[in-house]
Amino acid sequence: MYTQKVMDHFASPRNVGEMPDADGIGEVGNPACGDMMTVYIKVEDNRIVDLKYKTFGCVAAIAVSSIVSEMSKGLTLEEAKKMSKKAAAEELGGLPKEKMHCSNLGADALLKAIEDYEAKRDGRKSKDAGPEKEVKTAEDAPEAGSDRHLCAGCGKENPEGASFCMHCGHSLKS
Amino acid sequence: MIKAYLDHASATPLRKEVIRAMEPFYGQYFANPMTIYDLGTGVKEKVEEARAQVADLLGAAPERIVFTSSGAEANNMAVKGVALANRKKGNRVIVSAVEHHSVLNSARFLERLDYEVTFLPVDSNGQLDPERLAKTLDEDTVLVSVMHANNEIGTIQHIAAMAALCKDKGVFFHADCVASVGQIPIGVEELGVDLLSISAQPIQGPKGMGALYVRKNVRTMPLIHGGIQERGMRAGTENVPGIIGFGVAAELAAKEIDENRKKLESLRNDLIHGIRERVPKATLTGHPEQRLPGHVSYCFQAIEGEALIFLLSQNGIYANTGSACASKALKLSPVLGALGVAPDVAQGSLVFTLNRTNNRQEIEHVLDTLPGVVERLRMMSPLWKDEIETAE
Repeated sequence: MYTQKVMDHFASPRNVGEMPDADGIGEVGNPACGDMMTVYIKVEDNRIVDLKYKTFGCVAAIAVSSIVSEMSKGLTLEEAKKMSKKAAAEELGGLPKEKMHCSNLGADALLKAIEDYEAKRDGRKSKDAGPEKEVKTAEDAPEAGSDRHLCAGCGKENPEGASFCMHCGHSLKS
Repeated sequence: MIKAYLDHASATPLRKEVIRAMEPFYGQYFANPMTIYDLGTGVKEKVEEARAQVADLLGAAPERIVFTSSGAEANNMAVKGVALANRKKGNRVIVSAVEHHSVLNSARFLERLDYEVTFLPVDSNGQLDPERLAKTLDEDTVLVSVMHANNEIGTIQHIAAMAALCKDKGVFFHADCVASVGQIPIGVEELGVDLLSISAQPIQGPKGMGALYVRKNVRTMPLIHGGIQERGMRAGTENVPGIIGFGVAAELAAKEIDENRKKLESLRNDLIHGIRERVPKATLTGHPEQRLPGHVSYCFQAIEGEALIFLLSQNGIYANTGSACASKALKLSPVLGALGVAPDVAQGSLVFTLNRTNNRQEIEHVLDTLPGVVERLRMMSPLWKDEIETAE
């Protein structure tokens, strides 16, 4: 079901890891749907000079993270932002139809990391870069207090039993 | 490299005895068993011998066995057939929440025909409390269907107790025994059931063969209308080689059941304890004791099952998972959901189903390989850090 290249990147993922001094961090997905990606970037002279990531997910999600890390190194931020959602899948020689969302995840995580970098650079507060960012309290969230499983981070509703928010990845464990 | 095939709930290799018995019925004994000349009557006799072999495995009379194309068809025939044939008697069908899709979706089909269907919840071990069933049964109930053992978590249900409750109330009881056949004894009298489904693959018989036991005087309806094959219960020319192979597999399974069970329990216990000792943050799913002799199912935190299955297969280990990412529909196993396993934990599901062909060396290979494979995926998981923090 997977191409040789997918299996290669899955078996030996490139650039895995964390980056304590990252310039930008992007986190997407959520464990309840099976995929979650955290991307760390190092930026110099408006270029991505290093990228690390951690991924929870299936073969496709891991391979996408790995190929995105290769594809984006050396790109200017503008070039990286233009990377299409399908780019990772195409570079991997294709993904099964039901796994195409994993390719989106890779592009989304990269974009969020860049946005996070830019927000920090410009002294703005990042809107949605990761769980360690400032979050709204549960009181701010709509419908708080109802028995629905609401995220303290973004206020959106989640299925019962989910440990992480389906929308922003924020932990739902109180 | 050592290979360890531990996905016998998905498929099994046919036994040599089974292949040898089937072979002549593809060419030499090709005749239609419904014909009246000697070529056909000879085949018919062999079909009836096979029926007796399958009936013996279940402690049933041969004429109570209907051959079907699969366990799924047998389940469909039990649930839909009984509900449709007894509509005047009542309009309600009760099934457990952890049934196989062939039972659950048959029940949902009945809902569309305006039957009232109740899906009974199970406890965190996957067992349905007979007391709960007793409270749910009413005058309008025509059928209760509960599986003998679950294919994903191995939990064995209190079938005899539930069947007795139903008998008292005049409600038909069906047990799906596809996962348990060949692993634990299945006697239609001991269990007290009215209908019972099995299939040939779990006992290393051919694919495309199942059987439904129907107790005398239980009204049911065929799903496939046509000729009078299978006493009018299932039309279509018999799958003769399949039936012959099923018969041989059933005879061998009945003969070896005690020996088989002991061996599987020992391998299973080694695997369960070994994983518990060597892999941190691993949760056994299903009942710790009342589970199938060859069934081991775990959830590993912070990793995803499809990736786990692929890495294991690269090490010659073949297993299964209830992870959403491994299913085409991207849906998490409803069984794990029914046990109350959190969706993110259920993603790390791993299921081993053993059979008589497995050995200790294979179990050792799994125990040597699995910890490293889990560790490797955890090291690259953004969730694992959180897991360690919560553990401290």
